[in-house]
Amino acid sequence: MSRLPTIRFTVNGKPCAVQVPPMKRLLDVLREDLRLTGSKEGCGEGECGSCSVIVNGELVNSCLLPVLQAEGATIQTVEGLANNGQLHPLQQAFLACGGAQCGICTPGMLMAASHLLEVNPHPSLADIREGLAGNLCRCTGFVRIFESVVPAAAARLTPSSGIQEKEPAAHAR
Amino acid sequence: MRGNAEAHQLIAPGSLAGVLELLAAAPGEWTPIAGGTELMVAHAAGRLEAGKLVSLWGIADLRFIETHADSIAIGAGATFRDLRAHAGVAAQLPLLAKAASWIGCIANQSRATLGGNLVNGSPAADSSPALLVYDAEIELISLRGRRRIPYSAFHTGYKCNVMALDELLYAIHLPLRFAHHRQYLRKVGTRRAMAIAKVALAATALLENGLLREIHLGAASLAAFPARLYQTESVLLGQPIDTRTLQLARNTLLAEAKPIDDIRSTAEYRKRVAANLLDEFLLQLRSEGWPR
Repeated sequence: MSRLPTIRFTVNGKPCAVQVPPMKRLLDVLREDLRLTGSKEGCGEGECGSCSVIVNGELVNSCLLPVLQAEGATIQTVEGLANNGQLHPLQQAFLACGGAQCGICTPGMLMAASHLLEVNPHPSLADIREGLAGNLCRCTGFVRIFESVVPAAAARLTPSSGIQEKEPAAHAR
Repeated sequence: MRGNAEAHQLIAPGSLAGVLELLAAAPGEWTPIAGGTELMVAHAAGRLEAGKLVSLWGIADLRFIETHADSIAIGAGATFRDLRAHAGVAAQLPLLAKAASWIGCIANQSRATLGGNLVNGSPAADSSPALLVYDAEIELISLRGRRRIPYSAFHTGYKCNVMALDELLYAIHLPLRFAHHRQYLRKVGTRRAMAIAKVALAATALLENGLLREIHLGAASLAAFPARLYQTESVLLGQPIDTRTLQLARNTLLAEAKPIDDIRSTAEYRKRVAANLLDEFLLQLRSEGWPR
């Protein structure tokens, strides 16, 4: 292999430069080279969404992105959701509504939901289901995840409203 | 076995001309990679054979949707998110917009390209049935020039197509002459998102004085590649939609379809479902009387 190229991009507002094989997956660069281990590997083939990040405003599976194609990109990962130690409304809502259990899918769910609210600040339940359809969860049965997005959307629009702890919902629906 | 990033070269010339020069200088040596939703899956599994890859991502000359008076031209690098977001595609090519909406999920649609879907050539390709019934044309480009061929003649076998080793898929041209046709597309899979089709059927048809004046049928997963059902079309053409026609069309489709058994479904199931989809379309067509 010839000399490794230097690939530059911005992650969570911070300029980064890595010297890695250009076919290295963005997921591996984030986790191994930048030590941002929030993004998880589930299936490694774009089916489960646990590696979801936002690249230039688009939701992508970082396991399917050769890092060379991220050259010059603006990347947001789950580590960039919280602001100065203050959890993002989605993170607060996932906590309050029981949207996370084992946690493996949670970073991807948060990024997919974050992207959804960026492009659609008033999502219907159908919109939420579609926005998160590429993210698999084997714990929650999805309902509480979908229910977490609703107050987060409201809180995002009116930050002062806060997110209330929710009574456990009837499970089957 | 996991893929090894160091075993593959990847370069990004950044321009269409740069890619074409590379392909011309060493035909067959470089494998183009666009959004990576197919090749990176193979890479992750350690079964990506291509040693040298050239990136098409970010090349503006390949990522466009142009509306003309009588056609829409879609650059091979347009993503399925681009297709879903385009008002002209939604209004004029509703079957293609629908197909784009059920490819993978949002994260796949933001990377997967129309050109990649076609060049990959899966028999189950989601965009193909719609392109077949819209009479799409494929524009290929190389340093030698450009050529256009009907999409129905693009695939030549399982994952084989007519492209020469130095050619790149440049654009897909869709004539806008189907506004008055009755249009149909249905995919049968295990789940709405992320599911590859067990079978899919698209149709465009024109009914005049109760007779089928024109009908195109495009199918996925009924053969080694996405294809028109010409024999079934021919028994329908000029006929009224009555019991005899329905039975004849069904029997013809069952004989014409050559699906296989695989992990997703069986040949028998695929045939029967495809015949049911055709029935559904024809019965809708008859009951609506489709005035235009």
